[in-house]
Order: sequence, then C-alpha cells, then structure tokens
Amino acid sequence: MREGFAVLGVAIRREPWVFAISTIGSILFGALTVADAWVLGWSTEHVVIPAFRDGEIGGGLLWAVFALFVGVAILRAVGIVARRLGAGIMQYRMQAHYRRAVTRKYLDLPVAWHQRHPTGELLSNANADVEAAWGPIAPLPMAVGTVAMLVIAIAQMLFTDLVLAAVGLLVFPCVVVANLVFQRLSSPLITRAQQLRAEVSEIAHESFEGALVVKTLGREEQETERFAAKAHELRDLLIRAGRVRAAFDPVLSALPSIGVLAVLDVGVSRVDAGTSSAADVVTIAYLLTVVAFPIRSIGWLLGEFPRSVVGYNRVQAVLETTERTDYGTSALPADAAHGLRLDVDDLAYAYPGGEPVLSEVSFTVAPGASIALVGETASGKSTLTSLVARLVDPDAGTVRADGVDLRDLARGELPQAVALVGQTAFLFDDTVRGNVTLGGDFADDEVWAALRVAQADGFVAALPHGLDTRLGERGASLSGGQRQRLALARALVRRPRLLILDDATSAVDPEVEARILAALRPQEGSRDEGASLLVVAYRKATIALADEVLHLAEGRIAGRGTHAQLLADSADYATLVNAYDHPDQHAAAAQSEAR
Amino acid sequence: MSTTLGNGDDLRALETIRRGLSHSPELRQGLGVTLLLAVIATGGQVVVPIAVQQTLDNGLGGSGDAVDVGFVLRMGLLAGLAIVVTGVASYLMTTRLFRQGERGLATLRIKAFRHVHDLPVLTQNTERRGALVSRVTSDVDQVSQFLVFGGILFIVSIGQVLVATVIMLFYSWQLTLVVWAAFLPLLLSLRYFQRKLSTAYGVVRQQVGVLLSAISEPVVGAEVVRSYGVEARTQQRIDAAVDEYQAASTRAQGFTAFSFSLGGLSGGLANAGVLIIGIWLGFAGDITAGEVLAFAFLVTLFVGPIQMGTQILTDAQSAIAGWRRVIAVLDTPADLTDPGEAGRQLPPGAVSVAFRHVGYAYPGGPPVLRDVDLEIAPGTRVAIVGETGSGKSTFAKLLTRLMDPVEGQVLLDDVDIREISSAALRRSVVLVPQEGFLFDDTLRANVRYGRLDAGDDEIRASAEALGLADWLDGLPAGLDTRVGQRGESLSAGERQLVALLRAHLADPDLLVLDEATSAVDPRLEMRIGRALVRLMAQRTSVTIAHRMSTAENADEVIVVDAGQVVQRGPHADLVAEPGVYAGLHASWVAQQSATMES
Repeated sequence: MREGFAVLGVAIRREPWVFAISTIGSILFGALTVADAWVLGWSTEHVVIPAFRDGEIGGGLLWAVFALFVGVAILRAVGIVARRLGAGIMQYRMQAHYRRAVTRKYLDLPVAWHQRHPTGELLSNANADVEAAWGPIAPLPMAVGTVAMLVIAIAQMLFTDLVLAAVGLLVFPCVVVANLVFQRLSSPLITRAQQLRAEVSEIAHESFEGALVVKTLGREEQETERFAAKAHELRDLLIRAGRVRAAFDPVLSALPSIGVLAVLDVGVSRVDAGTSSAADVVTIAYLLTVVAFPIRSIGWLLGEFPRSVVGYNRVQAVLETTERTDYGTSALPADAAHGLRLDVDDLAYAYPGGEPVLSEVSFTVAPGASIALVGETASGKSTLTSLVARLVDPDAGTVRADGVDLRDLARGELPQAVALVGQTAFLFDDTVRGNVTLGGDFADDEVWAALRVAQADGFVAALPHGLDTRLGERGASLSGGQRQRLALARALVRRPRLLILDDATSAVDPEVEARILAALRPQEGSRDEGASLLVVAYRKATIALADEVLHLAEGRIAGRGTHAQLLADSADYATLVNAYDHPDQHAAAAQSEAR
Repeated sequence: MSTTLGNGDDLRALETIRRGLSHSPELRQGLGVTLLLAVIATGGQVVVPIAVQQTLDNGLGGSGDAVDVGFVLRMGLLAGLAIVVTGVASYLMTTRLFRQGERGLATLRIKAFRHVHDLPVLTQNTERRGALVSRVTSDVDQVSQFLVFGGILFIVSIGQVLVATVIMLFYSWQLTLVVWAAFLPLLLSLRYFQRKLSTAYGVVRQQVGVLLSAISEPVVGAEVVRSYGVEARTQQRIDAAVDEYQAASTRAQGFTAFSFSLGGLSGGLANAGVLIIGIWLGFAGDITAGEVLAFAFLVTLFVGPIQMGTQILTDAQSAIAGWRRVIAVLDTPADLTDPGEAGRQLPPGAVSVAFRHVGYAYPGGPPVLRDVDLEIAPGTRVAIVGETGSGKSTFAKLLTRLMDPVEGQVLLDDVDIREISSAALRRSVVLVPQEGFLFDDTLRANVRYGRLDAGDDEIRASAEALGLADWLDGLPAGLDTRVGQRGESLSAGERQLVALLRAHLADPDLLVLDEATSAVDPRLEMRIGRALVRLMAQRTSVTIAHRMSTAENADEVIVVDAGQVVQRGPHADLVAEPGVYAGLHASWVAQQSATMES
C-alpha cells in the first residue's frame, strides 16, 4: 500500500496544479453533499414540520428552500466537473509523459537489448503497463474528497446529536472494514484476470499468425482446444471474482441502511425522552445514506494499487536501464572517396549466454569494392552485417569506417553513409513515399529512380494512390518480394557509401534479382563513383558481382579470394556454391549416401 | 469469396442482441429467475425511505401526538429482515449474471476463434491479423464488461426508477409528477449526450489504434530505425500519436463529466420542488410531513441511475458494437465448406492430381489462372516454374485447398477436392510454405505439430532421413531449444528446416513445397532435395521452385506464364525447345556461371 501511495506521489509531484483543481472540486462536492443533508434537515425543522403543524408558511422561507437546494446542486455540479475532468486530465497527462519517456528509451537502447526482450513485453510496457500505473489517478480526487466529506459529515453528526451520531458512526468502520476485506479478496483475482486476458490474446495472436500452418496441417481443433483451455480458465476466474463481488455488494449497501434503521430506533426513544428533535434524526439518517456510497471510492483507490505498482515497476525497469549505445564525437573524413573504406579487425561476438558466433574475423572493403559473404545456414553472416552497421558492438576487435572506429563516430554519422537491408523487410505504417524516404528530403523523381532500380516501380505505380498509398496494418498488403524491394529502394534512395545486403533478395525471383544487381553496378560512362558493397549471398550471380569473396564457416573466415580462387582452393566452398551445378554427380552421391 | 471482414454495421441493435443470444444460449438460461431476483433486490433500495416515512408519521407523531417507540422497533425489525432478504436476492442475481454471462461469452469467444481458422486465407492475411485478434479478445471483453457490470447497473437502475416511481405514486401522484418533471429534461437529453459521448469515444478508440501502431515501430522495427538513424522522426510520429490520443481522451472525459453532473442538478431541483409543492399540498391535507420527506429520500434513487444513464447507454452501445463485430466474424462465410463426416476419404498411397479448366481471380482482381487443364500421375515429382506473378503460388494454394477455384475443378484421386473431408485432405496433403511459421515453444513441440503423437526417436529418424541430424545435434539444447516468438531465435533458414521436419513427420501422400528452402544454403538445399527424392518415391510431390536446379531434378516441369500452363514435360525436352522455359533456364545458367565470365 505504501508503494501504491509512492506511485501516486510521483503523479502528484508531476502535475500538482491539475491535482489541486480536481481535489478542490472533489472537496467541494463532498462538502456540498453534506450540505445537502443539512439543507434537508434545516428545511424539515424550519419549514416542513412548522408548516404541517401550523398550516401556513411564509413565502420567503419557501424561496429560501428553493434557493438552498438549487444553489447547493449547482455548486455540487461544478465540483463534479472539476473533479472528473481534473482526474482525467491528470491521468492522461501522466500516461502521455510516460509513453513519451518509454518510447524515447526504446529508441535509445542498443539493438542488442531489443534482441533480448520479447516484442510483446516491450509493447505492453508502453501500453498496458503505463495505463495500469496511472489507473489509481481516476478515483484519487474522489477518494481525497470523500475523506474531506467524511470529516465534515462526522463533525456535523457529532454537532447535531452526540448519541445518535455515535450510533450512526458505527457504520463507517464497518464499511471501511468490509471494503478492505473485499479488496483483499478480489484484487488478486482481478490481477490474475488481467494476466489471463493477456494470455488469451497472445494465443489468439500467435494462432492467427500461424493460420497457414494450422490450416495446411489441419490443426484447427488442437488450436481451438488450446485457446478454449485459456478462455475457460479466464471464464472460471471471472465467475469467482463475480461471486466475491456479489457477496459484498449487498453487504456494502445494507450497512448504511441498517445504520439508518438503528438511528431511527434510537432516535425515536430519544425524541420520546425529549433529548433529540425529529430534524436531528432526519439529518443523521440522510447523512448516512449519502456518505456511505462515496466511501467505496477509497476502496476503489486501494484496489487499483497492486496493478498500479506492478505496472509502474515494469515501466520504471525500462526507464532505469543503463545500457546504451555510446556515441563518440568524430565525423567521417570529408575528403574520402564516395565508396566507404571498411576495416574489420579481429572481430569476435557471442550472444549473451551463448556460444561464440564470430571469432577472429578480419577483412577490408576498399572504397568502391564489393565483398560477398558466403557461408552455410547459421554460420554468422547476419551477425557480421549487424556488427558492420553498428546495430551491435563487438565483444572484441574493431570495425573502422574510413579509418574511424564506429564507436567513436558521432550519432547519426554512420546512417548517413551506410545502409543495411535485412532478410525480412520492415515497413512503417506510412505511405510508400514515407517508407522509402523515411522523412528524408528526396524529390519524387529520386524516389521513383530508386524504386526503378529496386524493380519496385511497376507494382507501386499500380497501387491505388501510387506513392501516397498507405501501407501497414490499415493499408494495402504487399507480398514478401514486394516488401523486400521497397526496403531496397529505401536504401538506394539515400545513395549510401556502403550498402549492406543481408540476403535481401531471397524473396525475389533470380531474374528480378539479376536486374537489381546489374543496376547497382556503376554504369559505364557515368560519372557516378561506385559505392562499396557488402552482400550476403548464395546465388552465384550475386557472388560474381564481388571483387572478393569471404567464406565464413562456424563464425570464422575459412577462406578468402576471388570466387575462382576459392573454388580451386576449397572443396568445402565448392560444394557449397556449386551445389546446383552437377545434378548427376549429386544423384550418384545421394545413392551412395542411401546405401 | 470475400476477403473482407464485416463490421456488421448493417446489423441493428435488437437484431444483434437476438443473434448474440442465439450464439450464446447460456445467456438466456434462467434469465427469468435472474430478473425476478433483480426486482426483489431492487426492493432493498426503498426500505430506508419507507422506514423514514413510517417513523416520522407513526413513530415521531408527525400526524398524531404520541411517540410510538414499540411501533418503530417492530418496523425496524421488519425492515432489517427485508434488507437481509433483498441482500440475498442481490447476491443470487449477481452470481447468476456473472456465471451465465461469462459462460455464454466464453462459448462465443471460442466459437469465433474456431471460425477465424475457417476463414479464407485472404481474410487471414497479415494486415487483418490485429483486427481478428481483437474480435476474440477486446470485443468479447467489452460485451462481458457490460453484461456483468453495466448489465447489473442497467437492471438495477431501471428497477430503482420504477420501484421509486411506484412508491411515490402510492404516496402522492402530484409529487411524483414534480419529481418526473424535474428529471424529464435530462431524461430526454440522455440520447443527445449519449450520441455525443459515443462519437467522442469513437475518436478515442481510433486514436488508440494509431497510438499502438506508432509505439510498435521503435520495437518491431528497432533495427531499421537504428540503421537508418531515423530516431527523431520516429519519435515525432509517436509524440503526435500520444498527443492526439491525450486530446481525444480529455475531450471524451469532459463530456462524461458534464453529463454526469447534470443528474445531481436535477436532483436538487426535484428536492426543492417536492418540499415546496409538498408543503402546499400539505395545507390541503393531501399529504403528511413524513411522506414529503420520504420523497427526498426517494429522489436520491433517481439521481444515481440518471447520472449513470449516459455512461450506461454509451457502454451499452459500445458493447453492442463489440458484439456485432464478433457476430460479423461468425457471419463471414468460411469459403471452404468442409463436407465433414459425409465427405469422401482419400485412399492411402500416392495421390493423382487433375486440374479441369481451372480459373482463379482474387476478388476484384484480374484472372490469375486461366483455363488450367492438367494431370499429374501418382508418384511423380513435378516442379512448377514461372516468373514472379505468373500464378504459380496460386496453383499451390488451389492444390492444397487453401482456396477454391472460381471456375473448374481440382481433383485428387479423381475426387473433387471440395468433396473430400477436411480431416482426410489435411492428412494426405501437406503444404510447406516459404515462411515456416513457428510457435513460441520448444523445437520438439513445433516439429510435433506435424504429428502430435510423434516421439523423440521418430523426430530423430525424420531428421536423419532429411540429412538434418548434424544441424539438430549442433543445437546446444537440441529438441528442447526454445524457438522464440514466431521462431525468431532461429535463423530464417533454420525455420525452414523445422517446417520441413514437421512436414516429413506428417508423412503426407501429396507434398507441396512452395519455395520451402529459399533461405537455406545451396548445399543444404540440395541435400534436402535429394533426401526428398528418396522419401517421395512412393508419393506425389509438387514443388514451386525459383531455382532451376529443382526443375532439372523433377520428373516433369510445368511452366506457368501469365496464368496459363504454357509448357510441360521433362527438363531435357523443355530446355531444348524454344519457349518460356528455355529463357528462364538460360537466365539461371547465366547467373550460375556469371563468375566465369567476369
């Protein structure tokens, strides 16, 4: 509970003015709710009972009754608006502050950190957890107002009639205790239900994502069973939570009623004895009815605490992560050739807790040269490309661009010069143009030129709004090959000095790939200096483009040289890249393998 | 066939409720008893006002002279008893509502989930996945929240207003009119506020979508954002979405606060009116002081429901909208009707395939396949080649009945594929798609997806048969390796290996490979290819290939161009005759030997 208040403290310190306004509104509301009872009591005493007794009443008094009731009601309405709107503003502001902070942190944290954390978890940190953290803000002003109202109400009851007040006040501790018991019983259920809802959603998401596999293997029934098991767990839990609520609702509403009955019984005896007036009895009875309900808001506040604390801690864990990519202050030399020079020296890398993926990797890409990385499935090629683009930093060794260690480069320097196109294309929820330019200042001509080189101009032109067609969740859907070609155009439009292609054309037909690669070569007679190129490839046409081939095996460079040299020197390399060449020979090998 | 998912916009509220109830029969079970309990429970709300009136009039001598202590005690006991009885009724009502409500919605949720898997592949595509998930999660939750929270409130509120009105009428019809007159303007404007509110919350929901999408970019696209250095732009887009969401929420909250405050205002007006007119009526002897005061208590019964009224109406509307969207999923026709038990079975052994004048066009698009007519003999290995967009993937989808042809027939073992029971079809025909999706589980669980009862030794045997034993042994945790979300802890090539193992374990009679080894290195691909040759000896296999090496090894090659089969025959024949195939092959060979020229 202390932690819960601590979280609220953060919010109050951050938004003191909004909090003040909504709390004042709430106190106004609370005070006027009590005033309502007082007005009723006063009217009973001074207007109703005399009127019925005497059979006449002054017009002024009637107007006073009217003015009192309506005035109190208007002020109370103002209080409600201030309280509710204030609480809302405060809650949404805090959510916005933290969403901005968390996403800034995401953009700042190293890619290696991202790789270690599941996507779903990070998304819920920025969404559900932020919401949960500031959940208690909604009932907060109401609860503060209620405390104020309770104080006033109790004071007024005591002032009105000490004995009757004592009888009535017995109700409050009972309501508070009942509330606490209720929260204690129900909040673990509610927390668990939240978690189960997330799990149900995860199963649905995964199952629909794998719909093709489910369908082709006819596993619909098993998937439904898996989903149904979680859905039933959630259902049973919600029914249990419902039973708790069903038990407490009547108790909580009966307590004040019983209090009123007790006040009436005792009150009658006291009126009989002449120690209390009828108006006192009415006032206290009415106070009990109007105050009992708002007391529950304190319960709501406390009930939100566990969820809030968990959410806040999760968000805070992200914000307090100290990992970061440190940038230097160096710039790339201004006088260098267009093609970037890349020196990779004695590089080693292992994923945390895993075996080494790369060790003792050294090579150089001369300006304008192209290097092909060739290796078996899972030999460390993709890891090497992410080290060269400084998505991750090496455990040992250095990568230098034009002689400058990548870690010494100022932020933003490297992306100016290097473009990486990965195996799977990520598209932003944006237009085609936005996805290619990424906000960079490129004319449509340049965008179309890049699309043409990537062989994407055809299908983009056929889209309903051309460059302005929206892609992503709410936009047009593209095939894997089309997405990859857009990703290529995104790299090409920036005319990078080093282009890194990590098997970026695997979803594209060989012919299309051949056209793309041909376009990447410096055109004869053109004054364009060629960019440097580092390309992960299996296809020989791609390999053929390279000045040098690096053969990567089990994270080490097993051989280097031209394609022809490697073919001659390394049987391993030859069988890897020539696998398609000699079907007859392979058929024979297959038969001998089979024996 | 439809590729769109309706929102059920044309479904009217009452119709939605009727349909919803028929999908979740639990909701209707025992509803009568629950409503009866609700009426009794609501009675608890008027115990206090009546007790106050009785005390004032009979106990405190408001109308007589003597104070009757005994009467008040007796009445107090009676009222206490009434509170207990109505409390028990309230408990029973709430538990019943929760139980039947949650049961009914779980049924609906599961039904909708099951139906999503029956939807056409085009409807299930990537872009609509988020929407589909929300249909079985947040949409159902919305209905559930309303039924058990709003629903109780709704029943209790209406009950309260009705019971209070009846009792008021019993005391004084004139004062009842006064109270109703005070609340009438608000009651009449409820609909207006509710419309305002639901528009405002509609904007909020829309902004939530934009916000979620913006927030996912730095997470899902972390590498692209980093490598292109577009942090500032991404942050701008997020900030804009955050701001807009905040503005929309605040606006909606403003409406809520304002409409909520009006209930209390009417309450004040009603109380003032009751006292003043009550006194006036009292002069005429029509009413007692206790009765007038009882009205003041009864008015509080009005304030709550009216204050909550707009909220309840808004919740009700969004619940009905959610319900409508779930029902729309169930209403989206499953294009592939499963003949089920009545369907034909496929005899074991290699399957023959025949396409009879098959035509296919994606909805609203030009024809992708036109008048395809061909036969594949059982036990043959066929490769389908063609340029991107030639229709070869569509061919694979028709062959595995992921879609039905628009024209003509697909026959397996001379039986129309539409007449084969789904279970039988999936048992004998397996497609390995290019993106082998993996579930966030162990490697073992993912491979066993192909055959649920497979043991470790069988998996091992499959791996050996495919030449993947080395790879499997190389994994530190072996079959216990966690593959991560979507299998992302493995490389793209490794994911394809798992999909192949899975298909091998499923032991199909017709295997369809749609570029299933595109991300695997050439040597491994060829090794797998050779293993498949042996394994498919007694079965039929169809391979969609973008590498001509596959075509070279096939018994027969089918060349697709612009939606039509333009050539077919063994590689040796095709490569010799002028045509599309010779061109494709020449370009492949040129790429393969490009090194030698340069």
